[in-house]
Amino acid sequence: MDITHNAVHIILAFSMPPLLLGVIAKTKAVFAGRVGPPVLQAYYDLAKLFRKGSVFSTTTTWVFRAGPVVGLVTAGLAVLLVPLVHDKTPIPFTGDFILLAYLFGLGRFFTASAALDTGSAFEGMGAAREVTFACLAEPALFLGLLVLAKLSGSLSLATMLAKPDWVNAGASLALVLLSWFIVLLAENSRIPFDDPNTHLELTMIHEVMVLDHSGPALGMILYGAALKFFVFGALIVRLAIPVATDYPWLDWPIFVGGMLAVAVAVGVVESTMARLRLTHVPILLVAACLLSAFGIILLMR
Amino acid sequence: MAQVLDTLVIIALALNFFALGVSRIRSVINAVAAQGIVLGVLPFFVHQEIGVRGVALVVATIAIKGFVIPLFLIHAMREANIQHEVTPFINYMSSLLLGAVGTGLALVFSGTLPLAKEHEGLLLVPASLSTVWVGFLMLTTRKKAIMQVLGYLLLENGIFLFGLLLLEAMPFLVEIGILLDLFTGVFVMGIIIHHISREFASMSTEHLTELKD
Amino acid sequence: MSEVLVLLGTTLAASSGIPGLFLGRRTPAGQWLATLLTVAAAGFGLSGVGVFWAWGDSRPIDVPWPIVSGAAFAVAVDGLSALFLVPVFLISLLGSVYGLGYWKQSEHPENGRKLRLFYGLLTAGMALVVVARNGILFLAAWEVMALAAFFLVTTEDHQRPAREAGWIYLVATHTATLVLFALFALLHAASHSFALVPLKDGAATPGMLTAIFVCALVGFGVKAGIMPLHVWLPSAHAIAPSHVSALMSGVIIKMGVYGLFRVTSLLPNPPLAWGGTLLGLGVVSGILGVAFAIGQHDLKRLLAYHSIENIGIIIMGLGLALLGRSVGRADLVVLGAAGGLLHVWNHALFKALLFLGAGSVIHATHTREIDHLGGLSRRMPYTAFCFLVGAVAICGLPPLNGFVSEFLVYLGLFGSLTRDKGSAAAGAALAAPALALIGALAVACFVKVYGAVFLGTARSPHADDAHESGPSMIAPMGVLVACCLVIGLAPGWVAPLLAQGVSAWDRSLDNAGAELAAAPLGWVSLMGLVLLAGLLLGGGLLWCCLRRSDVARGATWGCGYVAPTARMQYTSSSFAQMLVGLFARVLLPRTRRPAVVGLFPQGTAFHSDVPDTVLDRAVLPAFRSGAWLFSWFRVFQQGSIQTYILYIFLALIALLLWRGP
Repeated sequence: MDITHNAVHIILAFSMPPLLLGVIAKTKAVFAGRVGPPVLQAYYDLAKLFRKGSVFSTTTTWVFRAGPVVGLVTAGLAVLLVPLVHDKTPIPFTGDFILLAYLFGLGRFFTASAALDTGSAFEGMGAAREVTFACLAEPALFLGLLVLAKLSGSLSLATMLAKPDWVNAGASLALVLLSWFIVLLAENSRIPFDDPNTHLELTMIHEVMVLDHSGPALGMILYGAALKFFVFGALIVRLAIPVATDYPWLDWPIFVGGMLAVAVAVGVVESTMARLRLTHVPILLVAACLLSAFGIILLMR
Repeated sequence: MAQVLDTLVIIALALNFFALGVSRIRSVINAVAAQGIVLGVLPFFVHQEIGVRGVALVVATIAIKGFVIPLFLIHAMREANIQHEVTPFINYMSSLLLGAVGTGLALVFSGTLPLAKEHEGLLLVPASLSTVWVGFLMLTTRKKAIMQVLGYLLLENGIFLFGLLLLEAMPFLVEIGILLDLFTGVFVMGIIIHHISREFASMSTEHLTELKD
Repeated sequence: MSEVLVLLGTTLAASSGIPGLFLGRRTPAGQWLATLLTVAAAGFGLSGVGVFWAWGDSRPIDVPWPIVSGAAFAVAVDGLSALFLVPVFLISLLGSVYGLGYWKQSEHPENGRKLRLFYGLLTAGMALVVVARNGILFLAAWEVMALAAFFLVTTEDHQRPAREAGWIYLVATHTATLVLFALFALLHAASHSFALVPLKDGAATPGMLTAIFVCALVGFGVKAGIMPLHVWLPSAHAIAPSHVSALMSGVIIKMGVYGLFRVTSLLPNPPLAWGGTLLGLGVVSGILGVAFAIGQHDLKRLLAYHSIENIGIIIMGLGLALLGRSVGRADLVVLGAAGGLLHVWNHALFKALLFLGAGSVIHATHTREIDHLGGLSRRMPYTAFCFLVGAVAICGLPPLNGFVSEFLVYLGLFGSLTRDKGSAAAGAALAAPALALIGALAVACFVKVYGAVFLGTARSPHADDAHESGPSMIAPMGVLVACCLVIGLAPGWVAPLLAQGVSAWDRSLDNAGAELAAAPLGWVSLMGLVLLAGLLLGGGLLWCCLRRSDVARGATWGCGYVAPTARMQYTSSSFAQMLVGLFARVLLPRTRRPAVVGLFPQGTAFHSDVPDTVLDRAVLPAFRSGAWLFSWFRVFQQGSIQTYILYIFLALIALLLWRGP
């Protein structure tokens, strides 16, 4: 039972993420009245990138190549820590959510360092923005975790997200949900924080950091980013849809449907909102922190 | 019932922060209008039976706070041709944080108030104090007259929240009177905004200091 | 046995600089002798600690010391002392070896001998502070340590900044000592002895206990560098030679932490407010320490501010443990105290590593200015790698040691929420997001440092001509890297030692080891190994992909601009600009921006820096107004001997007229 569960978890977690990127792109295309790229486009991109040759700048060192690797590996480890259905993960232990957050910290450290390794002003700019916004997103994530820890009395992510008590603490959970959605958009460099499709280097965050990567290294970055989106999406799905039937053949589809819904929601946000001015980004993130903070204060009152 | 009430009150609170954190005047108007509507439906959830007078009050509140005043303000905004509050006296981040601190203090303070038993667990009191505080912040830190009108509206919303607890005790006439006051107040302010913007080619209240001797 | 070994080590350390005084200025023999003696001292000291841990063999020494009544040469090793002795001896040993290359006698004939004399005395003073069990002995050792550190800060006393930093340090440390005098006087009043033994219940009123606690907080807080009391720390750490900075930042400030741990272990029944205060101060130090660090562009000053941040994390652990004692929650006591104590070790390791790395950079480039460096990882690959490990460790990222201690503190903070509902300690949980903020800010700061110093291309000829340091400087860093890795990957090995330290701190705990074993340290080391394996695997994958396809080298993509120069790279100041802006209300950054006029403006420059707010806005103005106030007394200073005799005469008459009470 556990083995099949873990096997499904691992297969789904590593195969599904690029699909979500495709769904977002499709949603945006529908909004714009276009046909848009196929839903599986991200898979084709990845397959192609891993076969392509690459160009490395002469200023770069091994850190430049370590960036994509660390980014991918940390995200790959993180998807094993996050629960998808029921209260089980492949790697459950007390305090696993701390490791989850810090794994992304490690990934960020190396991706940003890799950007600085090129010596390009634009990539430095992107790196600075990435680490700055993460500083504000991290407390929002942890404040939300406090709410879950308080409600579940547990410090393991799987149990914390097993049955969020929407009946008695709906207000707090709603606040956390909203706050985490903002965190998801910020951490994954989505509109209104960043525009993944822009071609103006001055305005970008994540995309500008990886300007100089090419070929397999760029493929690793894309895949890592998809995995990261999957992790945050899974947190939100588990928080928003706390159903756990006894039938795995029902639970898994519900989860997959939830993930697709999150991707569609992100697509809708991207289609209906404009990118925020850079100076306003911290305000939105602080607002996310405040939302979660009220969530925990309401509980502790 | 209490869950729905809490959720509505939290939405109202969240709208406070939205109003504090954005610079587009249109968004602030929308937020205040939304808050007016949310507050308008609250009486249904605070009291079991509210009667015809109550329903009338609900309808009047929603109509005036949610539609009439906002539309009027949008009109005034167009008239004066301004979209943004660019440089408030305190920047947006700090106003947000100040608002949060005030709300936290309201939560603490309302725990110490001698309230009636049935009102103790409710979020109404802290929310009302917090809304008053946020309205006060907007009144004092924004330069554009229209933002001050909005701050005034928030302030009134806060008082309305507190008044909800006393809905049974408060005469209908008083409540309607307050609404009328509010409406006239905003109306007068709208006219003043129009004149300020015509006289000084801007609607910053800073220029009013030029009127003194 | 362990006490004897530790004292032997202390004596050897104290005398390590003496032989050099009798040798010539130009000969390197004195330096080699000093290093040998330090190695021997560390050998004895560490084996003393080892004997204590292995066999629990502790025979306290207590010899009365008739000069002052109540004083005694009382020395003992317990779990707490043992934990603090390790960094004292280890870091001083590594620093001494490092000094062989960094501060060669032949290159610094005028101050090398002085440096080594006080370096040895400093080590000895710290070792004695940690094992002293008598208030008077403690104070004596404390003063030896404080004064030796003063002479080390002012090693290059021909330079004005060194003298200024030294004076600020001296004033701060003596203010602290004054408060410590009050502390030990109060302790004496409560227990009627200078022996450092736990106070009995009811030996002192709650007011008295709080007075003792406040004295300890201020006195030791200055030394530890808790946020509003940190004024001496940044400049002193920046000015001292790098291996001394490593010792100061890694170990001396931990003596303040040790003092807080020791005194709080003596006081019974801590009220909630103590733990709450410490937790709050820890949060403030942590956030503001790293915020100030981000604004700096002097490499060593930046590292110094990070010490304030890490002290904040340690103090958060201690505060949590005290809260746990107040509400009777053994798990909070163990997780908080163990997390704090482990962070003492970890910070000593990675901060020493970073300062040694910074020293290596400074030795090679002769500048501390981050914005003049760049691209050093090509010229100094070993230093760059060691610095990178230190940077990852200080950010508390897995799989290195910083993660383990922060993990323990996190578990404690979250644990205060979960086990019993509505407990008074639950507010402690709100410090967890603050810790997350600190961690993320630290990542931002060290990406900035590592990127600006080691990555990209050289911004100045200094950085272009850099060379790798010699083996005597690389080897100590290698040892520290290994220590960081070992603690990060096998925290289970240090857990029993931590448990001993925690039980020594809170004697009422009988199962600290079991509580600590409940923390999932096994999972942490497993995940660390998995992460390392994954990284190897990922690296292999990339390598394979790159081998199969063609790889070209080219210039960095300049977004269409064809003539980029090294000066167009993002500097550390621009990297930090947004974050400094977010904290501008506290940091109060100073900028000098020139007006750009005309169609073809002249060449111009922009300057920004973040001075220390507390020092510049509070302490110095207070001293200035103090100086103005006291200048009124100059009236009495006439300079003629007759007037002074008149004063004496008047004083005598006044004394004769005054009737005592």
